[in-house]
Amino acid sequence: MAEHGNGDTGAVVTTGEGASSSYAIDNPGLPPHRPRLADVDEKYAKRSERQVAVLFLISIIGTVLFFVGYFAVARMDAFDDYFEGMTALRVQNTLLGVGSALAMLGIGLGVVHWARTLMPDHEVVEDRKPLRTEAHRAEAEKIVTEVIDETQIKRRPLLRNTLIAAALLAPLPALVLFRDLDRSEDFGVERMRHSLWGEGVRLVRDPVGTPIRASDLTIGSAMHVIPETLREIPGHGTRLAEKAKSVVLLMRMHPDDFGEQISGREDWTHQGIIACSKVCTHVGCPVALYERHTHHLLCPCHQSTFDAAENFKVVFGPAGRPLPQLPISVDEEGFLIATSDFTEPVGPTYWERGHTDPEGDYPA
Amino acid sequence: MSASKEKYTEVQYLEVDQYQPKTRTGRITNYVDTRVGGTGMVREFGRKVFPDHWTFMFGEVALYSFIITVLSGAFLTFWFDPSMSTTRYSGSYAPLQGLEMSMAYATALELSFDVRGGLFMRQLHHWAALLFVLAMSVHMLRVFFTGAFRKPRELNWVVGSALLILGLGAGFTGYSLPDEVLSGNGLRIIDGMLKAIPVVGTYISFFLFGGEFPGNEVIPRLYTLHIFIIPALILILIAVHLFMVVTHKHTQYPGPGRTERNVVGYPIGPVYAAKAGGFFFIVLGILCLIAGTFQINALWNYGPYDPSPVQAGAQPDWYIGPFEGVLRLMPGYLGPIPLEFNIPTPWGGNSVATPVLIPMIPVALIFLGMFIWPWIEAWITGDKKEHHLLDRPRNAPTRTAFGAAVMTNYLIMWGMGSNDLIATHFGLSLNDITYWSRVLFFLGPVIAYILTKRICLALQRKDREVALHGHEAGVIEVSPEGGFSEKHKLPSEYEFWTLVSYEAPEPSGPKTNAKGKVTRTEKLRARLNRMWFEDRVEPVTREEYLEALEHHGHDDHSEGLEAAQSRGAIEQH
Ligand code: FES
Repeated sequence: MAEHGNGDTGAVVTTGEGASSSYAIDNPGLPPHRPRLADVDEKYAKRSERQVAVLFLISIIGTVLFFVGYFAVARMDAFDDYFEGMTALRVQNTLLGVGSALAMLGIGLGVVHWARTLMPDHEVVEDRKPLRTEAHRAEAEKIVTEVIDETQIKRRPLLRNTLIAAALLAPLPALVLFRDLDRSEDFGVERMRHSLWGEGVRLVRDPVGTPIRASDLTIGSAMHVIPETLREIPGHGTRLAEKAKSVVLLMRMHPDDFGEQISGREDWTHQGIIACSKVCTHVGCPVALYERHTHHLLCPCHQSTFDAAENFKVVFGPAGRPLPQLPISVDEEGFLIATSDFTEPVGPTYWERGHTDPEGDYPA
Repeated sequence: MSASKEKYTEVQYLEVDQYQPKTRTGRITNYVDTRVGGTGMVREFGRKVFPDHWTFMFGEVALYSFIITVLSGAFLTFWFDPSMSTTRYSGSYAPLQGLEMSMAYATALELSFDVRGGLFMRQLHHWAALLFVLAMSVHMLRVFFTGAFRKPRELNWVVGSALLILGLGAGFTGYSLPDEVLSGNGLRIIDGMLKAIPVVGTYISFFLFGGEFPGNEVIPRLYTLHIFIIPALILILIAVHLFMVVTHKHTQYPGPGRTERNVVGYPIGPVYAAKAGGFFFIVLGILCLIAGTFQINALWNYGPYDPSPVQAGAQPDWYIGPFEGVLRLMPGYLGPIPLEFNIPTPWGGNSVATPVLIPMIPVALIFLGMFIWPWIEAWITGDKKEHHLLDRPRNAPTRTAFGAAVMTNYLIMWGMGSNDLIATHFGLSLNDITYWSRVLFFLGPVIAYILTKRICLALQRKDREVALHGHEAGVIEVSPEGGFSEKHKLPSEYEFWTLVSYEAPEPSGPKTNAKGKVTRTEKLRARLNRMWFEDRVEPVTREEYLEALEHHGHDDHSEGLEAAQSRGAIEQH
């Protein structure tokens, strides 16, 4: 290691080093060092010193500012009006941020400026050690061979083979231990085929839960709907899981706007009111946007677009299937009801989805 | 075993007891050294040399932002309760009061509104995490485009790639914790993607969510991953990464005085340590400033998770963009033909969610390719040498062009992740953007490859030009005969060296194997090798250089060049 400069230095590069002789000139070595102003003139050094000190002082001010923000601004719960509380929070957050930023930047910039202007800026040359030498490698190899020989594993294949078999099996219990990660009682994919919808289940508004009459929907309007039975489900998590399968979008179109309906679905609508699953058949986001003029439903996640007038077929985007339609009608009191569950699993495609109705519980 | 090693003498043992340090530093050093043997460390590291270049900073930024993420995250854990059990919100944020929500969301709100500095720390944590992934990505690009991953650093590149993926994992698991509408929909997408995996996908989803989505389990599980398993792995890999950096010593850019056999830079003590230490505070300061002034993930706006609502135009964290974008790129139907299909099986058929599975292919290829790239490149080029001098990107035109192509592909996916914002912002049709992006997804990389390669070669030619004929000095001379010519200033020998000291091998044909045959893989290799090396700009040779010197005469020589000439002349003898 040697500092460079013009005199006797380690930076002079001799021919042959790093194959430099194949280039147009030989490696000229490090350029001569140029002293900085602060190196030759104490006046400039003093100036740097002052600049660094000022930066450190700014850091101190920043810390004080942080404390002001922390203690002088009241916490949100001290305000009756939450708008004032939010404003206070914003002010506090800014003061904490700017204060700590100054505190940190003051130190950081100060130290870096100090290093750049006052600490030695001589570049230093250090040799790379070869990562290993031939002798070391041979020695290591010998040790490894000896160690293996001493275990006799090569001479006794029975030991080796049984060990391999045991080692392959031994991790399996660790894997099996994770079986109960699934906490539900009815293990299996059948549960994905059913939702809370069924014959006579009322459609109610999400989230208030009031039932809906046909007259509540004007042509062109849409409504987010859940099954009436949802609120009877105990437990937040279970309720959300059920809701995740049974959210429905209800919309009313002009009867003339309907395209040709799939046969068997003629009586699935009621006076131009049509319902479909809100769970995107792509990867499951809620299909939330209804465009009344085109009857298009848009999923904001990856922009799959479905046409409500054409059996919810995919008109754009990555979804691979139409949205499942929910057959609806009205009960004696005039409230909208489902006439059955969905006739196919809702939501994203999964491997076992293709099984044709093993329990025979989907209406034909 | 160590019979060859000499035995220590009694004197050496006694010396330890009898050594009397003279200075205060000496006393402290001695105290530590006799107990844990610290002088070895100081002697090894105290003056260890690190090359300095602004592009070497990104790795540092990544390390620092990781430290900041860990510290701010630890703060958050004191208040955050990752539980999905329900509570009725009664904190200070009025619009949500009385709503049923999980403890996770309630405590995340508490952290934001009822813990002083909690919002600040949450934002600091989030911004630092974003910076962590960003800095890692840029660092990897730097390493790629300068060829720093080549022998002997291939394994460290692999460690770095693993760190990037762990960083993404840490980010996503963290993003999902607050259990509001936005993160819940993120999980919903993950659920849908898991279910698309053939055979095991549905069950993986059940196991992750503890049953059907969303269930009662997923948040605490992600929490364990987020605050324990992933950070622990990251820490271990960072330790391995830095250990290897020290073993290999840092790479350096080519330049005068720099060779494959040395390291030129600043010693750790004091300059490098001061700069690096100061830089930590700068990174922290900048992050504090951002956290204090730019709002991120205002989770009180979204409300507790509910499968029904969704935020249109919501943006995931930036690094999720390509994953989101590639899903958007994929059409579900080709014309009237659905891409999704059923395999008829005796038990009733299985579904293949092609539109979800296909987009995973390019992403998987990019990440897999990243891991094995050092070996692919070495195989193509046949380069088995160690490299401590970096490539200037222009001097490895094919690699640079290939990197640019992959980046273009990645960026198009990333842009598609925000196509809705692009559409509304520029008033374009969303569908058109998607159609064009589908074309660009395939065409863009090809264009980027060709363009980048041309640019690299042009830059190399320019280097040659400057080396042989000098910079244009901007002075027009009139010769006695009345001709005009621009005065050229020849580069100094130091600059000259940087311009000419690179290698541009010619393609090498297929080699025969031990049996004297050219295998099919060898033929493929030879073809790729030709692609790799055929467009080349030869570095200036010694003859060309001497000729150029003649041509320029002696009057406009810079001093450095004269010195170089004499050196070159000496070499001639
Ligand atoms: S989830 Fe609806 S488009 Fe992807």
